[in-house]
Amino acid sequence: MTNYTSQRPLALALALSTAMVGGQAMADGHAIDLEGKTVEWIIPFSETGGSAKWANFYAPLLAEALPGNPTVVVVFDPGAGSTKGANNFQEMTYEDGTTIFGSSGSTQFPYLLSDPRVRYEYSDWNVVLASGTGGVAYLPTDLAGMLGDGGDASGIAGEDFIYGSQGATRLDLVPLLAWEMLGLNVEPVFGIEGRGDGRLMFERGEANIDYQTSSSYLSGVTPLVEAGTATPWFAFGALDDDGNVVRDPTFPDMPSFKEVCEATDGCETSGPQWDAWKAFFTAGFPAQKMVFLPAGAPQAAIDTYTAAFEEVKARADFAEISAARLGVYPQMTGPAAQVALESGTAVPQEAKDFVINWLSERYGVVLQ
Amino acid sequence: MDVFLTAMPALGDAFAMILQPHVIGYLVLGVVMGLCIGVFPGLGGIAGLSLLLPFMFGMEPVTGLALMVGMVAVVPTSDTFASVLMGIPGSSASQATVLDGFPMAKKGQAARALSAAFASSLFGGLFGAAFLTFFILAARPIVLLFQTPELLMITIFGLSMVGILAGRVAIKGVVAACLGLLVGTIGEGSAQGELRMIPREWIFADSGSFAFEMYQYLGDGLKLVIVGLGIFAIPEIVALLRQDKAISDKANLGGGWLEGVKDWWANLWLSMRCSLIGVIVGVIPGLGGSVVDWIAYGHTVQTAKDKSQFGKGDVRGVIGPESSNNAKEGGGLVPTLLFGIPGSGSMAIFISAVALLGSGSIEVGPSMLKNNLDFTYAIVWLLALANVVGTLICIAASGGIAKLTNIRFALLAPFLFMIIAFAAFQSRQEIWDLVALFGIGLLGILMRRFDWSRPAFLIGFVLSGPVERYTNQAYQIGSSRFRRSFEDGLEYVFSPIVIILIIITLLSVVIGLRQAKNIQAEGDVASGSKRAPLIFLLAVMGYAAVAYGNASLVPDFAKTDRVIPIFVATIALIGAALLVVQMIRAKETDAIFADRELQDADVNTYGLWATLAWFAGLLVATALVGFILALAGFLLLFIRFRAGKSWGYAAGYTAFGITFICAMAWTLNRDFPPGLLQGAFDLPWPLT
Repeated sequence: MTNYTSQRPLALALALSTAMVGGQAMADGHAIDLEGKTVEWIIPFSETGGSAKWANFYAPLLAEALPGNPTVVVVFDPGAGSTKGANNFQEMTYEDGTTIFGSSGSTQFPYLLSDPRVRYEYSDWNVVLASGTGGVAYLPTDLAGMLGDGGDASGIAGEDFIYGSQGATRLDLVPLLAWEMLGLNVEPVFGIEGRGDGRLMFERGEANIDYQTSSSYLSGVTPLVEAGTATPWFAFGALDDDGNVVRDPTFPDMPSFKEVCEATDGCETSGPQWDAWKAFFTAGFPAQKMVFLPAGAPQAAIDTYTAAFEEVKARADFAEISAARLGVYPQMTGPAAQVALESGTAVPQEAKDFVINWLSERYGVVLQ
Repeated sequence: MDVFLTAMPALGDAFAMILQPHVIGYLVLGVVMGLCIGVFPGLGGIAGLSLLLPFMFGMEPVTGLALMVGMVAVVPTSDTFASVLMGIPGSSASQATVLDGFPMAKKGQAARALSAAFASSLFGGLFGAAFLTFFILAARPIVLLFQTPELLMITIFGLSMVGILAGRVAIKGVVAACLGLLVGTIGEGSAQGELRMIPREWIFADSGSFAFEMYQYLGDGLKLVIVGLGIFAIPEIVALLRQDKAISDKANLGGGWLEGVKDWWANLWLSMRCSLIGVIVGVIPGLGGSVVDWIAYGHTVQTAKDKSQFGKGDVRGVIGPESSNNAKEGGGLVPTLLFGIPGSGSMAIFISAVALLGSGSIEVGPSMLKNNLDFTYAIVWLLALANVVGTLICIAASGGIAKLTNIRFALLAPFLFMIIAFAAFQSRQEIWDLVALFGIGLLGILMRRFDWSRPAFLIGFVLSGPVERYTNQAYQIGSSRFRRSFEDGLEYVFSPIVIILIIITLLSVVIGLRQAKNIQAEGDVASGSKRAPLIFLLAVMGYAAVAYGNASLVPDFAKTDRVIPIFVATIALIGAALLVVQMIRAKETDAIFADRELQDADVNTYGLWATLAWFAGLLVATALVGFILALAGFLLLFIRFRAGKSWGYAAGYTAFGITFICAMAWTLNRDFPPGLLQGAFDLPWPLT
């Protein structure tokens, strides 16, 4: 029902742009000019979520960096766990480069799991930015004391764990599968509204295992660690250039999940279970948030946006302002973004089948 | 003493930060912007803050905070205008204000009600800030005591307010609340994501098909703004329109603003208790503030000696909720600032906006108290200051704005309806928002007609999510504790706080039911024929039965998404069955057959369906040609034919209305619902 292709600013700018586009395109065949226009950045979540925070951070910087300094506004199209907004975006075709879309791990997971609600196709879209993140698992200090060398989980295998979860088919799939691979007996309590609520449940002593994304860990859990109530266990990790799981550069002192898995008897770092975990980890963390132009965008538009995001990254103060507002995330453009998109949306069929089967056996979730 | 030693220097720094001319200037600017947005029903902090976000990047932290806090703080003050003058809840924070505020306006005491409300708001705001200044340092461990069973009990306590607001026939109130709970469960279950009241096949339907569109719309459930406006605003607008006169027929707006302030002063003790309720409920994360006004209203009624005037225009019914809703804003800062967990949608935006300020060094969350105590205090006292500024402006304006109640309602209604439709459309930005508003509005009209408590319905709806979530979570965590050891489980489920809350709830229910007959949330309603009330009851019963049947289809692995709908539907069915039995036995004149159509027959100039047809027409026209074109036609024809003005007058009115709504949408950067026409042609804004 929502018709984004004929938005107000676009229409207002129509008269202007038809007059100008011709001359401008001649002058520079490799860039589109957005002067006097309004770029709408569609976020398929509500105003209050993490994706909103991410887009609100980038929007003013992007406006400065795009040729013609257009106004960049963030618009929200929430619904059905972000599949609605993505479906709407799929219906749009490229017009003049004033519509971009910000997807998240929650948009990728249903796509990977062949959820029937998904009517969008990532390969139709054109990626211009990919932002990654990491995740840190932590425990109450007394339980963390029972861990073996290198984070060996054998010592806590007999404990009853409660974990506040947003749902097994969401990003929580990655930690849930990790707990299971480590042989932990974890009961997920579903229905919390965000990871912040999960942390609160941990602080109240109701949950006794939790994870947070890098930036939330730094702001929300570090004070608990300093107070002695929580102890970090492992960071999921990061991918090196060859696609191996290595230590997260944000948390070089924490073992990666791979190290912890190797240290724990019964946890394998090869085989279908590991491949499935790694595939979904890659989709959910190192390639978590991406910016797309709609299907049919010409190379000039893709180049323009890529150059703009590169300019944002190249700002002298970027490391400082992004660390404070986004956490220490890798921000990828150009070929790196393309690689992130591919590793984040192309999961081997075996990994997909393994997870679909695991979800149905363990949680009774039937997706088809 | 430690507390003082930490607090005092930071407090001094905070005041040094706030009391600078440019900071005060930005605060006033924020307050004025907040008032301009908050005065329109359904638009509040979220819309306002989204407007400010683009300017926050790199802004000096204190000025940015002043601007944002100024805007957020006045919304629960300014929304009182709509609640009192029009009977439309301006936001979820002032739903209870409608119950007594609007009858006062009808009696020509609008100015008195408004100033009493503003005085209470001011007091609540200041009380909240003063309380927080010290409490915030000690709050963390106290807040952490509220585990899931405690949260569940507070939710149930909130539900027990239905007892007070049930109306003359208590079972009807209970069934109304159950209906609200059931409507609140529509969509995906919070625990397992199972669909309720939506056929599973719809997920598989073709893209763009009706079924798939409906799934995408209803999957996330109905939004409070739509249900709140539909259940209260639409019935009031339609009822007033049918009588074709002004809201207040008294030419003299007797009892000016001074009298309202005196009323508040006379009930200072009540105002203080309700402020305390506001702070406490606001402090607890997870509940939000949407029930605090009902709890305060319930408390006001329970502690009053003479209850005969509640629901008919008792000023105490205004003072209670209004004291609590501003105090709640202060309380709500605790989960937001201390835990980084927003208590409401606007607080969530506030958190992300704070990160954009300055160099991004202020991080909302657990480190806030340690690293930024001065900023924390600056926020608390900016909030207090914004309340003072906002209240002064509102009191100054109330005399003038109250005159709106003397305008013939036929001239006011189209404008109001335009604003409400626009606000509802902000929920999902789809035409279904308008359809849902109309549908819930129809339910509201019927509930009002047959004297079913709409407050009870709304409380049920608001608490539906928390009830389900906390029940499931407490059950799950509780069973895990019991498996560990029996004592451990018992200690978890029956903590001292839970036991105290159970006692309070039981007292509240007993007292409430004993008094319910005195408090008529829907006013006096005459009884008459049997047929119409019975048909409505059977329809409600039918819905409960369908909800029961639908929920029973949820498979076993997802039983957590089944328990609450089944339980609530069962109670609703039992209640409805009891009512049917009573109806068969009772005489036609019994209160159970209340039917407002009979009572208002002599004052109604126009029929219900003729009046509704105007709005249905707007809806259908919107689906065809989009909102703006449809609205232009609606305004023009309505003013010409229904209000009986000249074509020239109607054209002027229409031009003003369209200009106004476009200016508002332009400022907020919003679009309007498109129709089939827009699907076929690309039209320039605002026709899109």
